[in-house]
Amino acid sequence: MVAGGRRRGYGVAKPNLSDLSKADLTRIYRSLRLIRRAEEEVARIYPTDKIKSPVHLSIGQESVAVGVCDALRADDAVSGTYRGHATYLAKGGNLKGMFAELYGKATGCARGKGGSMHLVDMAANVLGTSAVVGTTVPIAMGYALAYKRRGKGQVVAAFFGDGATEEGVFYESLNFASLHRLPMLFVCENNFYAIHTPQSKRWATDRLCERVETFGIPAHKIADGDVFAIRSATAEAVAAMRSGASGPVFIEAHVYRWKEHVGPGEDYHIGYRGKDELERWRSTDQVESAGRALDATARAAVDREVETLVAEAIRFAEESPFPEPRELMEQVYAS
Amino acid sequence: MPPEAAHPGRILRYVDALKEAVIQEMERDPSVFLFGLDVDDPKGIQGSTLGLQQRFGRDRVFNTPLSEDAMSGMAIGAAMAGMRPIHVHIRMDFLMLCMNQLINMAAKAHYMYGGSVKVPMVVRSMIGKSWGQGAQHSQGLHAMFMHVPGLKVVAPSNAHDAKGCLIAAIRDDNPTIFVEHRLLYPTEAYTPEAPFTVPLGKGRVAMKGDDITMVGVSNMVVECLRSAELLAEVGIRAEVIDPISLVPLDVDTIIASARRTKRLLVVDNAWTCGGASAEIVARVFEEVGSEAGIAVKRMGFMPTTCPTTPALEALYYPNPGTIAETAHRMVKPKDKSWRPDPERAKLAYQSQFRGPF
Repeated sequence: MVAGGRRRGYGVAKPNLSDLSKADLTRIYRSLRLIRRAEEEVARIYPTDKIKSPVHLSIGQESVAVGVCDALRADDAVSGTYRGHATYLAKGGNLKGMFAELYGKATGCARGKGGSMHLVDMAANVLGTSAVVGTTVPIAMGYALAYKRRGKGQVVAAFFGDGATEEGVFYESLNFASLHRLPMLFVCENNFYAIHTPQSKRWATDRLCERVETFGIPAHKIADGDVFAIRSATAEAVAAMRSGASGPVFIEAHVYRWKEHVGPGEDYHIGYRGKDELERWRSTDQVESAGRALDATARAAVDREVETLVAEAIRFAEESPFPEPRELMEQVYAS
Repeated sequence: MPPEAAHPGRILRYVDALKEAVIQEMERDPSVFLFGLDVDDPKGIQGSTLGLQQRFGRDRVFNTPLSEDAMSGMAIGAAMAGMRPIHVHIRMDFLMLCMNQLINMAAKAHYMYGGSVKVPMVVRSMIGKSWGQGAQHSQGLHAMFMHVPGLKVVAPSNAHDAKGCLIAAIRDDNPTIFVEHRLLYPTEAYTPEAPFTVPLGKGRVAMKGDDITMVGVSNMVVECLRSAELLAEVGIRAEVIDPISLVPLDVDTIIASARRTKRLLVVDNAWTCGGASAEIVARVFEEVGSEAGIAVKRMGFMPTTCPTTPALEALYYPNPGTIAETAHRMVKPKDKSWRPDPERAKLAYQSQFRGPF
């Protein structure tokens, strides 16, 4: 574990990998690999039209979800975005339930009524994700308020994209969370694009961490998507929140989405970004980095296990039934 | 009106009924909390939240920043986590700042997450009127919420129902938009002291009659009752129905009455276009078909923006005079048009409705 002291600006000190146990490394790699392979399979299956939901893939961005969730307890909660497969899986969301949901099956995590953009797994404390940018930020805050009242040291990590920081509700939430010292980790997955619009056309300045700090919230920037740096920054933030020493904490993690905004393909040919960007980020692929930290045998064992799990989940989704017609009108109101 | 001894409880003002409901539910259930802009200020939402913070502490009753969007989301999250928030808005107009959360999240969560979460929250909001409150402080926007499955919408018109409905809404596992009217706050009704619920989805015949069915929404129930008294003086016996709950809507009670009187006049405290009155009329006709021969008329805000000058504001709202005139024309279409003396009609909103319940 490394102290999260800053070296330059809002950057977080690089942790020393030798401080991590083999079990830690294996768990982190396994999570990264599972998300990567699950989404690669989603991309492979998608053109067959078996998947009945628009998918926003996290390929290239897995390190934020994995780095943060690895530092959380099972009874902490996460909230995510419509690009939420990684968040869901990293927090322990049910893999079969996710695939079945994408297929629109009754066994899906939302009984086929939510799809890729509305994943939920309350048993794993994955709060439902949302297709409307920024909407889950204040909802995560309400969860954090309830957690604070219960006094069991639970925290909520709210994931959102850089686009969400342009919504007024983001600043309203920063203010209220800080005012009430809520145990909430704000996690900005900054991939520099909102659909196809680059940040340079959207932000007057890129000083996001400075903006956030004016609310009295400590802010940290991890500019290279390093999964271990994200994990240690989270661990430190969460420990401070649990002890009551800190209210909310903000983390800005720079990452890159390798695939198109929505769908299974790449979109470098349409002209809003260059492939040189992809190559730069691909060279620091966090799945590979974490994989290299393991020995070949251990890594191969994880890879085999992941392949089995993903194949089982796909089979489960394919073999599951669609919801019965009566389900159309069920759960409109809670009773 | 029946003798007072027939009514349980004591006379209570609407505003005090709201407060009493909150106090009793907060004492019963520690997961209930109340918050909103100005709930703890020296006026406490026209008195409806006065003293609650002193009684229950700052964790359970708190003021907020001017952040309606985030505060709505916060309430939804807290509700999903098992709490029962009551979010108070001193004007219904401010709900426009909450639409994203209320429509896209609160209304959807239970369904789109496959039943794995519930959102038991209440959004209290007040419709304003009079003293020139104008365009942005007087809107009845309940129809916007009626449009969306997943929300319940209630608009009690008297202290008894205000207490019973609020307790029912707090205990309900769904998000409920609770519509109050400023002019109802000082009105009084017999209200039991002990906690009780008025079921969401059950309307009530507030006055019996055979000649015409008048359905009033929110404070228009009071205006309809006053107009019914005026109509009685010219031999027209109007039945007045208070739906209380707009979603779910007790259309059966309205249909049973309209089938009998053959005339249905729906008076809303809102615009008619795409509104609650349109929904009520459509639901009745879908059920009974045209062969029932029911004449229909709707009244509501004039289709314009609310002006502040009293000279125009008076023309903007239905009042006992215009309601009675409309009803008279429906019951006696061949007679010369009749309208009660405006001096006698204008006191309507001050009249009290005390039962029967």
